[in-house]
Amino acid sequence: MNRIEKVFKTMKVEGRKAFVPYVMAGDGGLASLKEKLVFLQEAGATAIEIGIPFSDPVADGPVIQEAGIRALNTGVTLQEIVDCIREIRPIIHIPLIFMTYMNPLLAYGLERFSRDIQTSGIDGLIIPDLPIEEEEIITAYLDEVKIELIRLVTLQSPIERMEEITKRGKGFVYAVTVNGITGTRAQFATHLSSHLKKIKSVSPLPVLAGFGISTPEHVEEILKYCDGVIVGTKIIELMEAGNYEHIRALIDATKLPIA
Amino acid sequence: MTTTTLPDEKGHFGMYGGRYVPETLMQAIIELEKEYEKAKVDPSFQNELNDLLRDYVGRETPLYYAKNLTKYAGGGKIYLKREDLNHTGAHKINNSLGQALLTKRMGKSKVVAETGAGQHGVATATACALLNLECVIFMGEEDILRQQLNVFRMEILGAKVISVKSGSATLKDAVNEALRYWVSNVEDTHYILGSAMGPHPFPKIVRDFQSVIGQETKLQFMKKEAKLPEAVVACIGGGSNAIGMFYPFLEDREVRLYGVESAGLGLHSEKHAASLAKGKPGILHGAYMYLLQNQDGQIQEAHSISAGLDYPGIGPEHCYLHDIERVKYDAITDDEALEALQVLSKTEGIIPALESAHAISYALKLAKEMEPTEHIVVCLSGRGDKDMEAVRSKIGGVKA
Repeated sequence: MNRIEKVFKTMKVEGRKAFVPYVMAGDGGLASLKEKLVFLQEAGATAIEIGIPFSDPVADGPVIQEAGIRALNTGVTLQEIVDCIREIRPIIHIPLIFMTYMNPLLAYGLERFSRDIQTSGIDGLIIPDLPIEEEEIITAYLDEVKIELIRLVTLQSPIERMEEITKRGKGFVYAVTVNGITGTRAQFATHLSSHLKKIKSVSPLPVLAGFGISTPEHVEEILKYCDGVIVGTKIIELMEAGNYEHIRALIDATKLPIA
Repeated sequence: MTTTTLPDEKGHFGMYGGRYVPETLMQAIIELEKEYEKAKVDPSFQNELNDLLRDYVGRETPLYYAKNLTKYAGGGKIYLKREDLNHTGAHKINNSLGQALLTKRMGKSKVVAETGAGQHGVATATACALLNLECVIFMGEEDILRQQLNVFRMEILGAKVISVKSGSATLKDAVNEALRYWVSNVEDTHYILGSAMGPHPFPKIVRDFQSVIGQETKLQFMKKEAKLPEAVVACIGGGSNAIGMFYPFLEDREVRLYGVESAGLGLHSEKHAASLAKGKPGILHGAYMYLLQNQDGQIQEAHSISAGLDYPGIGPEHCYLHDIERVKYDAITDDEALEALQVLSKTEGIIPALESAHAISYALKLAKEMEPTEHIVVCLSGRGDKDMEAVRSKIGGVKA
């Protein structure tokens, strides 16, 4: 069984909610990736999303764009990131998920990429510029090595499309909470709760919400309607600022009893 | 084999094209495709567009026999398709008006667009003024500096111009920001993409709206010469004027088609925008296409003296036509384009846009190798007024 599947099975039995933080590989130097992953695992992250930097990340807001630029400026390559994961993997026990855009993967070679990330210990993959209409380009390679392609559902996806996406999905469903790009937001759409409930009602997989979630209050509120949260921009900002206590507070918010 | 039935229903031209966009945009582009297919066969939509193209844009544009330029080149006869005489000074308005009408039809009230040279921005701002649509234009900071006058034109027309500072601060980055804006405002906003690129159905929609260029050319040329031309030449950034010119000729195998990319400071340098000559296939801005990129798949900055050609990719249909060798693609340097601009100005009294000057330069080379009984049509995609500052800074001028 894939680590992602296993973890969510356990969480369900124990009635716990998931917290998935995002870090940009190569930001602050690739050497810092290990300590970041170790910290997040120790702080209670359910799984970790690892961004692979791309020059033109159209789904990302300024904070993740800049983290990507910082990473690229160090000269980091996808090959080095894959090798780094292979090295760190023995001490990280939670699922690791790569998030990146199609072009770096194409340049690496989709078949080789799928094989290499599997042997290095990656469990899942999120590709924001790959809707279900185009996913055949890579799914056969991923299926072969049992890497789970995490699909995204958004506020714009009609119910039939939600059904189609969640039916195909592996691991969990990534419910995008805003019309927009990544980045912190003060408020969410008023119909977000009903939207998340709708996804929950059709999805055979756990539903994790992401985009714009930045405070323990957001985490608590959103967890009423889904199985976990994904936090990217805020984690990057807090790591930049060295504010690790605040990261713990965000993660701890998932451990509160749900009202 | 037929090439005119593409793209397939998923928006692919062979391996190129497709819809590589964030899920938030999928519903919008699926709706756009449905609405476009309806509009295409709706006589009232077509009549409204055709009336505007005739009475507002000034179509059809002339097909002009450039006698002096022909004499200068010495060889084949050169005709110019005068898209520079369109309202707003370039072919861009053909597409902007069509898509602005589609925006109305979809019940959306706002438009976002990217622009490089500013021609598509001006054309879109114009169409939005005419049809009472709110308009936001993203433009790279670098291009804003190169094209001050066009920025002001957009503002006069009521558009909001937003400067893009990320990346190379040119067209590629303006597209990134326009896409991000569209993702965030998709409910009431349509993205009027300006070239034959981006996710399906944009390459098809833009091609169809621009095909009026090639359709007119074909009829006009037949009338004048009672045959088809031996060669047709157009410049290529994303490739909208070229695909509009080429598409109606694709099945006429005897007509040789030439697409001209920007070779910038030379193909041997790192400073060019020749995606077909020097790039390799990849995915950017929603489509599979040839891209200037490093070996890790990071997109490289393009360079061209002409802001409109300064793009690291090329529309997916061109990629396909390149691979099947239906169109021959070549490149012209900044210096060659500058020279061609001056030659056309002095011989014919027509100042072409720097983009179009690439096509002129190539046509001059081609004409020399052709017989006087043979003919070349060049798509003169835009006029050069916008480029006068850039040209003056390169070749100097009389100072007071």
